[in-house]
Amino acid sequence: MREERSDMSEDEDGGGGVEQKERWGPSHGGGGGGCGSAKSRGGVWTDPPPPFSDQVLENVLENVLQFLVCRRDRNAASLVCRSWYRAEAQTRGELFIGNCYAVSPRRATDRFRRVRSVVLKGKPRFADFSLVPLGWGAHFSPWASAMATAYPWLERICLKRMSIADYDLSLLAFSFPFFKDLTLICCDGFGTLGLAVIAEKCRHLRVLDLIEAYLEEEEEDEVVDWVSKFPQTTTSLETLGFDCVVSTVNFEALEALVARSPALRQLRVNHHVTVDQLFRLMVRAPQLTHLGTGSFGHPAALALQGDVMEHDADLVSAFAASKSIVSLSGFRDVASQYLPAIYPVCANLTTLNCSFAEITADELKPVIHHCHNLQKFWVLDTVRDEGLQAVAATCKDLRELRVFPLNATEDSEGFVSDVGLAAISQGCRRLRSILYFCQQMTNKAVITMSKNCQELVVFRLCIMGRHLPDHLTKEPMDEGFGAIVMNCKKLTRLAVSGLLTDKAFGYIGKYGKSIRTLSVAFAGDSDVGLRYVLEGCPKLQKLEIRDSPFGDPALLSGIHQYYNMRFLWMNSCKLSIRGCNDVAQRLPRLIVEVIRDRPEADDETVEKLYMYRSLAGPRNDAPPFVMIL
Amino acid sequence: MEDIKGSDGLGDTELRLGLPGTSTATRSAKRALPEGDEESHDELRRTSAAKAQVVGWPPIRSYRKNSFPARKVEAEAEAAAGLYVKVSMDGVPYLRKIDLSVYKGYKELREGLNNMFECFSLGELSRREGGSGSEYAITYEDKDGDLMLVGDVPWEMFISSCKRLRIMKGSEARGLESRQH
Repeated sequence: MREERSDMSEDEDGGGGVEQKERWGPSHGGGGGGCGSAKSRGGVWTDPPPPFSDQVLENVLENVLQFLVCRRDRNAASLVCRSWYRAEAQTRGELFIGNCYAVSPRRATDRFRRVRSVVLKGKPRFADFSLVPLGWGAHFSPWASAMATAYPWLERICLKRMSIADYDLSLLAFSFPFFKDLTLICCDGFGTLGLAVIAEKCRHLRVLDLIEAYLEEEEEDEVVDWVSKFPQTTTSLETLGFDCVVSTVNFEALEALVARSPALRQLRVNHHVTVDQLFRLMVRAPQLTHLGTGSFGHPAALALQGDVMEHDADLVSAFAASKSIVSLSGFRDVASQYLPAIYPVCANLTTLNCSFAEITADELKPVIHHCHNLQKFWVLDTVRDEGLQAVAATCKDLRELRVFPLNATEDSEGFVSDVGLAAISQGCRRLRSILYFCQQMTNKAVITMSKNCQELVVFRLCIMGRHLPDHLTKEPMDEGFGAIVMNCKKLTRLAVSGLLTDKAFGYIGKYGKSIRTLSVAFAGDSDVGLRYVLEGCPKLQKLEIRDSPFGDPALLSGIHQYYNMRFLWMNSCKLSIRGCNDVAQRLPRLIVEVIRDRPEADDETVEKLYMYRSLAGPRNDAPPFVMIL
Repeated sequence: MEDIKGSDGLGDTELRLGLPGTSTATRSAKRALPEGDEESHDELRRTSAAKAQVVGWPPIRSYRKNSFPARKVEAEAEAAAGLYVKVSMDGVPYLRKIDLSVYKGYKELREGLNNMFECFSLGELSRREGGSGSEYAITYEDKDGDLMLVGDVPWEMFISSCKRLRIMKGSEARGLESRQH
């Protein structure tokens, strides 16, 4: 779990990014009048250099714009006039590309010449759930090549859902002598070889953070000992996160690395690191603020040796000595006897992620009892409603809660329910973000939460059984979600589930005026439902829908909206080629991708649709199963 | 392709995302659970849900899913007893039996079958992608009695629905494979 920024939370950003500059209407005239320079058509700024006074103005402007950080502000500034556009382009330090196919690398690097930090996002979110076939795209290579020549001073790269090859990592390492930060979230395609090159060649590396990356499967003899490749001198490492790396790392090398990295603040190890190894690392790095604890258990063999008691005492003292820890995660194979070891740091914890630990309410309670300052809590539903009640009783400052299911199947027994949700809403009034998986829910509990938690920005409720109604009244969940959009005025992200009629979408369209991201699954009765949303939610940026009865008429009702959105994803709905073609023809700057990874029953049906605005035109790297209309 | 759907009823079991057949989608979309006790609701939900599991639902990243060993109570019970299914191979006089629960995935299954029928097959058992020079395709009979090509569905779903295996010969196999492509 990261700070908001590198978490790449969708809830912060507004629309835009690079695209915002261009006009999206059918008549795109030149942007803004000039400040005395010759006019030009379209967005091509190829005039002679401005007169002296304008040059001075631009210099002054550049000095001022240095301080403008928020990209929405920057986008607005760039629209004022040509002079401001230039000044802004020269001073933008961080480039955010929300969809790697929305603009070509060349165009982006041509406009923004002095970028030090790049954030790039690729595949649509539903790729996380195996809905986007392998090989679809989002390759980092063309961006890596473009940046290698354009941004020699590049310091930071953050990628989400991109396909990255070891070669790309190698290119980074050799092209950017001042490279400092690499954060990869849900990326794939690379392996330990790529990591090794980064470790070895990036001498100023501060951050190497791998979050839920899917490294390539490697045979025993293919795994590279990347940890040994870091410089043998004192390093400038501040963050090292490799909890998602499936292969074992060389522990001796890791320990030595930690020992010679005095700036290390965040360390997240993978599940191969046992609790006694963790102890050794903690001793080397008492200054840590964020710790990913790895397995927090040990192989069964050791337990029999009776060394266990000693370790307990050592571990407690290690935690007691780590006065700066504010964030804990890991606990992959937690042996519950070790949990009490973390008591010394609980009072300082703002983040606790034990969502891979199958702990019960009784095991959680003594821990959570100490966590008065907790703001982010990720947990498994094995703690049950009772565990959540304990959280509600203590964690009055809770901002973000995620309750994941142990058994992520539709027919699994749910361990948490409306009872837990209601309890949380009673106790945690400052809640901003919730992700809750359950099997049983009631409208009443959801309505209660909508009234108690007025700060809610993100509300994601997943009732795992499809089409399940309120389990007490048997009614659809319309009223519950309706109350959320009605009462939570700050809501920007919503994910719905359970039995929902068009009425629910009516509520969303009527009240969800700030909603930017909406996720829909197995919901609605007819085209009207989708129409409500497309016509009613002006701020909509990202819309992802699956298995809902929305067809071509509904798709067409959003024509006015699609240029304002980052993307629309629909799978297993009622779309046909004709409807998609219609949209494609009417909106030339919209890329309409029909994905056919299975043989369709007939050629008319569109099983998967991914639409997004783009300045780059249809991409040239589309695999055979992608048809661009 | 036309004769696959329709009269012989295979259309209903055709693999696709979402609930099988759009007509049934509307039917289940407004499934009003009958008044009654909790147990019958759960049972109704479980039977219809187990029958039509879909890809990517509930929306949990595979990173998380892979972190926990499969835990379904039924799977555990079956695993304890072993998931033995008959395996027949075209042209071979006798059948074999294998325990599906000992395999972790399709790759191991193919290897296991290869080993078992080594002496009979002329080449490696074909992969789903239709490798060149392949003589055979691995198919299975599911709960509904339909003949399915092995490899389409997630492993867990496969072993819970597979009733027997059949290694099909060349020409028949190609007919089945072309349906998939």
